Amino acid sequence: MWKFSLRRILIMIPQLFFLSLLIFVLAKMMPGDALSGQIDPNIDPARIEELRIQMGWYDPWHQQYAAWVGNLLQGDLGDSFRFKMPVTELIGQRIANSFWLSVATLIFTYLIAIPLGITSGRFNDTWKDQLITGYSYLGFATPLFIFALVMLWLFGFQLQWFPSSGSIEPGLEPGTFEYFMSKFYHLLLPALSMALITTFSTIQYLRNDIVDTKQKEFILTARAKGASESRVYNKHILRNSLLPIAAFLGFEITGLIGGSIFIETIFSYPGMGQLLIESISLRDYSVVTATTLLFGMASILGALLSDIILSIIDPRIRIK
Amino acid sequence: MGAKSVNVEVKSNVVKSPSGISVIWREIVKDKIALISLIFLVLVTAFVYGVSLVLDQKEIVKVDLFSIYEPPNDEFILGTDYGGRDVFGQLIIGTRNSLSIAILVTVMTGVIGIVYGLVSGYFGGHIDNIMMRILDFFMILPFTMIVIAFVAIIPKYSVWTFSLIMTAFLWMGLARLVRSRTLAEKELDYIQAAKTLGTSNIKIIFKHVLPNVSSLIIVSMTLSLAGNIGLESGLSFLGFGFPENTPSLGTLLSYARNPQVLEHRWWIWVPASVMILLLMLCVNNVGTALRRATDARQRRG
Repeated sequence: MWKFSLRRILIMIPQLFFLSLLIFVLAKMMPGDALSGQIDPNIDPARIEELRIQMGWYDPWHQQYAAWVGNLLQGDLGDSFRFKMPVTELIGQRIANSFWLSVATLIFTYLIAIPLGITSGRFNDTWKDQLITGYSYLGFATPLFIFALVMLWLFGFQLQWFPSSGSIEPGLEPGTFEYFMSKFYHLLLPALSMALITTFSTIQYLRNDIVDTKQKEFILTARAKGASESRVYNKHILRNSLLPIAAFLGFEITGLIGGSIFIETIFSYPGMGQLLIESISLRDYSVVTATTLLFGMASILGALLSDIILSIIDPRIRIK
Repeated sequence: MGAKSVNVEVKSNVVKSPSGISVIWREIVKDKIALISLIFLVLVTAFVYGVSLVLDQKEIVKVDLFSIYEPPNDEFILGTDYGGRDVFGQLIIGTRNSLSIAILVTVMTGVIGIVYGLVSGYFGGHIDNIMMRILDFFMILPFTMIVIAFVAIIPKYSVWTFSLIMTAFLWMGLARLVRSRTLAEKELDYIQAAKTLGTSNIKIIFKHVLPNVSSLIIVSMTLSLAGNIGLESGLSFLGFGFPENTPSLGTLLSYARNPQVLEHRWWIWVPASVMILLLMLCVNNVGTALRRATDARQRRG
């Protein structure tokens, strides 16, 4: 297992390199440079040129890239021209919100998927199964943002059960119980909307796996020994079928990243996705670069996580 | 002379195996939902493209300040938006634009994916290894973020650049699928026979392997058409799809980002959402019917 993990991590290095190269090219293509917005327009253009040369604006690209990566490794992502603060600090404020939103979504996804998948797989081809399959069929065809809009319209505006924007009630003190509850309350609707729509693939996977496992010989053996039906399902089948689901965790993270951008925009939830959209419309390009880079790195780490979990579960993969 | 006529007789006695198209057609007719979906799709496409020949896009997107936010009435069947523009007209034009770009992107990703997959699978070895590592890298990139970042920095932004950006980050699924089938296909005897005869690689790839993986390609492209409709409208919803003067279904939905519109003016965003939902469901239904048609064990017809 260690050998496989090590090899897999080695594959990650070129991936990270190409990602950084891609983002670097993006950053270079963006209009303006580190000086725009920071200096007085009345300064002599010759002085600006001088500053640019000093900052390495005209260096060969590989030197610029090296300097950029060097800064990156030291945690220096440049300054946000809009918020007048280091990008690292700005992202630090938002990333916690996004993190908790993702955690809540993951928990809801599995809370919905596991019971539904088990029911659907155990009683396959009954009305219960058809109901659940119908749900996942609809979920497959509904784009996340339409579903989220409908959820916001129904529960946020019409029924007013949940707050329709923000991540916290203003004027609450951090650390208190009310503060925590308010955070959780604001989190609930966005996380539920995303979980309800992304959960269908997990349900279908679990269902098909259980239907497959049901016909295996060791299940026949268990039945022949006189194991009760609930014991067969809970002990023998579930243990085999739940493991692949765990391996999906990493892919879920990649999906969450793409989804969060819609969810955070619709629910005005101050996370990383909203920061990206905001900073693009404000033309705050250093923030755009930094967020895209972070999202890319999170996806790469998610894929790594999946592969390692899979290799623990399924030893055949390790042989490659 | 006599031998020739015998030959003809023998040929006519052979039971013709059903052609691909007739198998697909039988499957769709058997599956009532897929048939209804197909009819709906054909009708919507014909209507939308037909009407937009008559309808003037400039007229539709012109701002009319005297009729802002009108609820549905006799003059405007589906009311108007914040610029006094007719929602129904925008819905028609939007559906046309969304469909066009989804088809365009599907075809372009199809071409890239097929060629990439065929080459990688057919040659195998080091070429395959390198090409797959490149593919893996593209697979990992977060699609929405990268597309948004690219859209934001492209200076001369148009429908074409938008579809090119989408294509650049969407071809991987099909390529991977085609590659795995090609890997299995090239081990078969007929390919070995063609090689022994000295057929060139390009000819083997496109004349022998491609026809045998074509059913897989058709199914996968139909299903990705549904996905592309969703992706395009999603990006337009965020404001990174079509330029403002070319409405798409997502543009209509993006007005609902304003809470006032979402809460009180349903006529702006509900029709477009229903349209996207129906289009995606129908394309999906047809796609699943096609998938069953390509797999003899699952056929119903």
